Amino acid sequence: MKNTIAERILDFLKDYPPFNLIQKDTLLEIAKKVEIHYFEKDQIIFSQNDTPHEHFYIVNEGVIRLYRFAEGKKHIVDICDEGDLFGLRPLIMKENYLMGAAANEESIIYAIPIHLFNDIILNFPKVSQFLIASFATNTRDPFSEKHKGKLFANIKAIKKVENSFIETQSAKYTKNPITCSANITIQEAAIIMTKNVINSIVIANNNIPIGIITDKDIRTKIGTGLFKITDTVETIMASPVVTFPENITVAEAQIARLKHKVSHLCITKDGTNTSELVGILSEHDLNLIQGNNPLLLIKEIKQAKDAETLKYIRSKAAELTKGYIEQEIPIYFVTKVISEINTAITKSAIELSIQEIGTKPPVNYSWFAVGSQGRKEQLLMTDQDNALVFENVTESEYENVKAYFLKLATKVTEKLNIVGFDYCPANIMASNPKWCLSIDEWKQQFKEWIKDPIPEKILLSIIFYDFELIYGNKELYNKMATSVLKYIKKNQIFLSFLGKVTLDNPPPLGFFKQFLVEQDGENKDNFDIKSRAIRPLVDAARIFSLYHGLQINNTIARYKKLMEVEPQNKDLFESCSNAFKILLTFRTSQGLANNDSGKFVDINSLSKADRLKLKSCFNPIKNVQEALKIRFKTTQIG
Amino acid sequence: MWNWFKHKNYPDFWKEYLKTFKIKQPKSIEKTRFIVFDTETTGLDTVKDRILSIGAIAITNGIIDVADNFEIYLKQDEFNTDTVEIHGILKEGNIEKFSEEKAIEYFINYLQNAVLIAHHAAFDVKMINAALTRMNLPKLKNKSIDTGILYKKLDGKTGNHFNLDALCKEFNIPKHDRHTASGDAFITALLFLKIISKLKKERTVYYSDLFRTTNNKGLI
Repeated sequence: MKNTIAERILDFLKDYPPFNLIQKDTLLEIAKKVEIHYFEKDQIIFSQNDTPHEHFYIVNEGVIRLYRFAEGKKHIVDICDEGDLFGLRPLIMKENYLMGAAANEESIIYAIPIHLFNDIILNFPKVSQFLIASFATNTRDPFSEKHKGKLFANIKAIKKVENSFIETQSAKYTKNPITCSANITIQEAAIIMTKNVINSIVIANNNIPIGIITDKDIRTKIGTGLFKITDTVETIMASPVVTFPENITVAEAQIARLKHKVSHLCITKDGTNTSELVGILSEHDLNLIQGNNPLLLIKEIKQAKDAETLKYIRSKAAELTKGYIEQEIPIYFVTKVISEINTAITKSAIELSIQEIGTKPPVNYSWFAVGSQGRKEQLLMTDQDNALVFENVTESEYENVKAYFLKLATKVTEKLNIVGFDYCPANIMASNPKWCLSIDEWKQQFKEWIKDPIPEKILLSIIFYDFELIYGNKELYNKMATSVLKYIKKNQIFLSFLGKVTLDNPPPLGFFKQFLVEQDGENKDNFDIKSRAIRPLVDAARIFSLYHGLQINNTIARYKKLMEVEPQNKDLFESCSNAFKILLTFRTSQGLANNDSGKFVDINSLSKADRLKLKSCFNPIKNVQEALKIRFKTTQIG
Repeated sequence: MWNWFKHKNYPDFWKEYLKTFKIKQPKSIEKTRFIVFDTETTGLDTVKDRILSIGAIAITNGIIDVADNFEIYLKQDEFNTDTVEIHGILKEGNIEKFSEEKAIEYFINYLQNAVLIAHHAAFDVKMINAALTRMNLPKLKNKSIDTGILYKKLDGKTGNHFNLDALCKEFNIPKHDRHTASGDAFITALLFLKIISKLKKERTVYYSDLFRTTNNKGLI
């Protein structure tokens, strides 16, 4: 029978996450069971510590404020406007309301029965993913010691769904691969491979895989005369094989192949190399799925003869990034792959430049990336930030040595510029005599920065605390890193100054109707996601890492380590890490969509889902900045 | 004797309906089941014109319960092409339609002893009663509230006629599905909640105040 009112409610819900992820007929069933509540200004919907209702809420009209009483004071935790969900987490967690909700103005809210929604969470993985994303960034509750650490305890049910979602993207492998026994000759194996038109054959004993030979083995081991075609396959096979269970995902397969540097993965019943072989996953299989393949790209980079070729490969890497983001491949994996590609490009640019100069570098050196490339967080084309360190040389040699490296660096930066990495506007590049220094000069430079931390110098030097070896002598790089951490340890006050500078980026408040994001009014319609949201998280991770003397550059890796080092702040660091992942994904997809660096986001163009996503990241920013303030006593200095 | 005899011959659904009035009513705004309803008709003449559709939704304890709603379309021989453009119901539309008798029976089953709310309630109640008369049944026994009259109880409201469109504007209610029975019932439900809330801010509102037709402020 026609139900005009339910249809009207459906019409509202369908525009807002997570309801926009639910198919229409299912959503209509929910709409038919909605309760509509009207609240006048300041009327309470639920109070802190109340037992959970049977419904959760979505604001249809008006504004709802969420608040907490702590230490005798009332704190506004969040403001919800049209389309915002609230009061859901306690229902899923089966715990009392952590905060109260009241109408900030006259409001109409829709109450949705949780019992209907439980099925939805199970049946619509995207819904649970959305909920995880919005819960994950809110795990920390700065006012409650009691709830610390247990907020994630009951979320397993949802997590399980998330996993099964990734499983739906499992890699397609070749089933029932052809095998042979270990004692047949290489010739016999080659005949089987030729007959079946396959480029690899698994050597198995009772269908338990023990080794593998590929076309490449025939070429490199037989063709070169190292082995005879009458030798047994056993003598040339790669063993043991890299094995995975049947539900291997595309992402896992990529990682495994990067890690083990193999072209084929064996799929076995239980995933170990002692169980039965059920399939084989080759580079080719993955290429079919992926279109582009990072390993392939890196291979091409190594073979590139000029900067133009590198540029072409880098553009393919951009497509790869886009594909990954669309497929919702975890961002840490995406950054890893893209960083590897960028590193390979830089390496190749250095090698090509050395060839052009025609003489080998006179002494040991290392090329390092600083800033976002140093942190391995560069997903889009951004500026190049790099530097170079060379071994200490005698005064008489110095001039020539430095001249060589400056020449090299100039050539490298030119090539990178052709590839698409713009010159650094602040000239933080190895081609700048200031950033092409001997190890002693670098140590002196860091000492100066750390001992005399005036704000202008800090702002300039901050980028150098994220430095990662790209090419060259590892020892030089390690020496430099160790001495920097040593200086900081001796001069802890430096961290206070570093903290103070980073706190000059206050967290955004949120986007709601009349509340404006940028308080300064400049760039009113544009949200500077890089400076306002990503940078504060990057900065905080850096300061805490330097404080603990961690030699890690990647922000996600830093937070992960910090969770171990400071278990009492695990929730805080976890929420920061989650927020960072969301923001980085967001920036990347925005950048790809608009073909720019993704630094600015036009708020008006955002969907409600994206606005919610962004908003959920603001709390961790605020919390970690508070923690910085307290830990490093930033208020006590200048 | 005649009355008793007639009573005997009521159809079962009417007997069930009467039974619900034997239960003591709560006489509190919070506990009462209100049903906000609206009819779309072929015209404004309660004798000649016919009901084309009925839409209704329940309010209990200040909550509009979508699960407790009612929507039905009626087959009528009477048809007035002039009003089609208002309510959009065609004589031979593709919506499932019921005979007047069946539709009224379903509506009565749904109503039970609820307190009725409608904008210009007198008209809609009269339309239902006219249909009941055609079925040889007595009039509705439910109490009813007119949101138009309720509105006039607010401070500073004078004048006589307040149409739904004007009140939607004043109370900031989106006019979705206006001129469909369900759409108007829903709008009226929101209007009712908003008026009550405003009234409560001005003074204590008693259950009995809701039914006063004069602008009597009750026991202040």
